[in-house]
Amino acid sequence: MPFDPSIIGTSRNGGTLLVTRDRLRLFAKATGQTDPVFIDLDAATKAGHRDLPVPPTFFFAVSLEAPDPFDYLADLGVDLRAILHGEQAFVYHRVACAGDELSTRATITDTYSKKGGALNFLVTETVVTNQDGAVVATLTETLVQRQIQEVNA
Amino acid sequence: MATALDAGGELEPLTIPPISRTTLALFAGGSGDHNPIHIDLDVAASAGLDDVFAHGMLSMAYLARLLTDNFPVERIRSYTVRFAAITPIHGQPTCAGTIRQVDTVDGERRATLDLTVTLADGTTTLAGEAVVALS
Repeated sequence: MPFDPSIIGTSRNGGTLLVTRDRLRLFAKATGQTDPVFIDLDAATKAGHRDLPVPPTFFFAVSLEAPDPFDYLADLGVDLRAILHGEQAFVYHRVACAGDELSTRATITDTYSKKGGALNFLVTETVVTNQDGAVVATLTETLVQRQIQEVNA
Repeated sequence: MATALDAGGELEPLTIPPISRTTLALFAGGSGDHNPIHIDLDVAASAGLDDVFAHGMLSMAYLARLLTDNFPVERIRSYTVRFAAITPIHGQPTCAGTIRQVDTVDGERRATLDLTVTLADGTTTLAGEAVVALS
């Protein structure tokens, strides 16, 4: 079922993520990143960073840091299993590093349907700010709700 | 750096080993995306799927490694992808990038890159672009 267009313009605060070196190293391990700039403090500082830098897509993790990051989808009547990630964009304003405390505010900016309502799209813009209130990155996410077939166990 | 920083220049492709279930578990923790459809076979089966599939953001992170292998992270201005196909478990992504154009914006020389992730069977899973400052 298409989303109610009245949700366009609604905003919510995400969680806050205190970026730690350990979390960045786990992200590096999970993504096969072996570049020392993202793992080793000496390499990072030699490259001119205050601390280990946040890699380009890690900002997405900040938006997921709320206690139940998908509850807004449940509120929209969405089964999480039916959600696909359609598009993702990042615009970068400044580098973030371990030690920064990042926060998000998300706003639903569009919703539309394709294939006669079989695919329903939800576009969310998320602004990531640091502990000084400076905007670090802006994310635009397009989620796709598809039809799934419930299988009884 | 070996990259030819002119329009038409290609980055050296980044080949990723087949994606394991362990990788998906680590990525769930590292990325904060705990959606069970990627890590719990029971949940995947309940939605009619044969198996779990990789997070789209995992492939986007691999593709970001191609960027930071070639450009310092502080020079990346924007990065956008469209997820074109699901990456199945054991999929083997290859990340590729080509410089589409080089121009000057706000007094800064910038390159726009066309980016793709493809699997060993030829399926394109991600297509996107990035803008990076060259100096």
